[in-house]
Amino acid sequence: MLSIIRERLRQGHRTAKYPQIEPTLPQRFRGLPRVSENLSPQTLSAAVVSCPFAALSDHEGELQIDLGRCLFCADCPAAIEYGALTFSNDYRLATSLREGLLLNDEAYRLADKLGKKMHKLFGRSLKLRQVSAGGCNACEADINVLGTLVFDLGRFGIQFVASPRHADGMLVTGPVTENMKSALLDTYAAIPDPKLVIASGACAIAGGPFCQSPEVNHGIGNLLSVDLYIPGCPPHPYTVLDGLLRLLGKTPG
Amino acid sequence: MNHATLVRFRHGFGVPLADIPQLSYDEFRESLLEEVTADARVAAYFGRPVSQNNGEEIEIFAILAHDWRGELALLRTRVSGSFPSLTLECPQLHLFERELAEQFGLHPEGHPWLKPVRFHRPWLEVDDIWGRPQGEHPIPRDMEFYRVEGEEVHEVAVGPVHAGVIEPGHFRFQCHGEEVMHLEISLGYQHRGIEQMLIGGPHPAAIYQVEAAAGDTSIGHATAYSQLLESLAYSAPPPRAQTIRAIALELERLANHVGDIGALAGDVGFLPTASFCGRLRGDYLNLTAELCGSRFGRGLVRPGGVGFDLNGALLQTFSTRLKGLERDTRGAIDLCFDSPSVLARFEGTGTVSTDDAEALGLVGVAARACGLVRDSRLHHPLGSWAGGFDTPVIELDGDVFARSNIRRREVYASLELIKQLLKRLPAGEISSPLGSLAPDSLAVALCEGWRGEVVHAAITDSEGRIGRYKIVDPSFHNWSGLAMALRGQQISDFPLCNKSFNLSYCGFDL
Repeated sequence: MLSIIRERLRQGHRTAKYPQIEPTLPQRFRGLPRVSENLSPQTLSAAVVSCPFAALSDHEGELQIDLGRCLFCADCPAAIEYGALTFSNDYRLATSLREGLLLNDEAYRLADKLGKKMHKLFGRSLKLRQVSAGGCNACEADINVLGTLVFDLGRFGIQFVASPRHADGMLVTGPVTENMKSALLDTYAAIPDPKLVIASGACAIAGGPFCQSPEVNHGIGNLLSVDLYIPGCPPHPYTVLDGLLRLLGKTPG
Repeated sequence: MNHATLVRFRHGFGVPLADIPQLSYDEFRESLLEEVTADARVAAYFGRPVSQNNGEEIEIFAILAHDWRGELALLRTRVSGSFPSLTLECPQLHLFERELAEQFGLHPEGHPWLKPVRFHRPWLEVDDIWGRPQGEHPIPRDMEFYRVEGEEVHEVAVGPVHAGVIEPGHFRFQCHGEEVMHLEISLGYQHRGIEQMLIGGPHPAAIYQVEAAAGDTSIGHATAYSQLLESLAYSAPPPRAQTIRAIALELERLANHVGDIGALAGDVGFLPTASFCGRLRGDYLNLTAELCGSRFGRGLVRPGGVGFDLNGALLQTFSTRLKGLERDTRGAIDLCFDSPSVLARFEGTGTVSTDDAEALGLVGVAARACGLVRDSRLHHPLGSWAGGFDTPVIELDGDVFARSNIRRREVYASLELIKQLLKRLPAGEISSPLGSLAPDSLAVALCEGWRGEVVHAAITDSEGRIGRYKIVDPSFHNWSGLAMALRGQQISDFPLCNKSFNLSYCGFDL
């Protein structure tokens, strides 16, 4: 017992002061991309076809990045070979609308607070059921991390629960494999109304690295209506937390 | 032993297909069983259609690992329609033969447990051997489960969706009261068709798919993939890149082992270690992110080398952080292993015998916990492991304690290894261009991921493109170990046993 107390005192208090104090992310962390301006038409079209996951497109002569498809690749040819974009250190990426993930030279619109009625219901207590539908366990692992004492998700009134019957919504990871489709829809049906759906990670939004496989659906978008999109492969825990807090209107400022 | 029938080689080199003798099935069977008797184990076993036009005939390759000799033996044969199953004589083949049946519509005659593995359509236009309707996607867990009948015998079905934030899978327990008589595990829910997507490559998207084969083993799988392409291109990455890969692999081991010890402590209600380790796991992931921007090492390991250098200021960060982390990790872990209430729950729970582990071909932590000396870093070293790793961690009891203690000791060993690797980080380039792949060749790559041996094998076509790609995640062998561990246990001990293995669903399902 004494050794436990001694160790506790030595390890100290480690819960981050987030969201009052911004986290320091590694220098090499790849967050919100910035589109380079005035690309020549040749560079633009070369950059567009260079992405193996079709995340880039030509939007009226400017580059447009679909953050729902972007894997934030370290060796992104559009960024490295063509200088068409750069990755910033900004971890805030979650949006409310699928179209909102289309990033060009306009300001990126982060997720909105829930509507009045939903906010009244879930603003102070949000219970989520997580379903992995073909996830590689990286998204799942970094959601689990939110339960550790560093993030301490419970202090925001958010909790992952064991039964869909106890849940206010569902957080989905993975591209929705053929084999998980019906279990996913059954879980959704078991959650009492009204309910939220959150797509976390590139797979759940658009199929991620598996978008071309006939064994998977292209994320949950065409199966269920989604209230929050969290991009990344996998999203950083702070990206997920920021998205959830935006939904509940708990981010400062 | 008939040396004309098999090819022996070390991984790290491609073997021209023309050099691999084509055996009759009888010769193949005899040689395979002879090799297994002579201490070899099945590292990979897979088929491919002989030609696109002739869908009927399937060529089977067996890759057998002779650990103490540090070499692999390679056998090949052709079958069509059906072939006599070898599972009764060599149980570690049981899943590989089921895979052949599911992928190519082959019938392994006399297979004692012939059920689907991943519930997908056959890869060729052939009849499904379970008679499932052609053209429709099979339904997961639509199979005959083993059942025990009798008074007071009951069945417990769990999954695919589990209570926690974890991957899906289905578990079927046959119980008498609290006691589990049999556990059957039916997976396939995470099947994304990775092996099929890699055909025709190497595609630009392939490395990302491989990194997500099992997301918690991104470094392990990306390393095996890179080694494989390098073997086929007959090129080696620069020494500095190999050492950075080795450091990243140990960081991956540290993060996962520390997390697992925390989860095990949490499962027996010992919260101090559970909370400390949960945080420490993240600290190790963050260290990987300092190196390459991703907590899971995405983007670090690339065919030809690594994508990021470990230089100047970062080296200092690594040393400083690791020092603090080591103190905190030891403090957190020792608390739990010094606590009699924890040990009472760990010891004697979920025991797998050495004989069963050997027969089922377990690898990695699960095998080493049963006294089997199986560690690719020792037996099949490549790159910076050559001669640099000589102390695999072995426990004898095969129970939850043994699997936990392997992790504890490997955590300390990995911390030591990283210190040494940082000290002797060679100077030079971190990447060299990868040439084109040798045509009509086969290569195998082994890499000791944190769960165990990750095996990748590929065969190239006449133009040097990938014609068949095979991935064997350690979980593929080890799920059977978990099923064995549950026999005679209380069903309430399932979570603890499961955590002590902590296997990958997506690594199995691919």
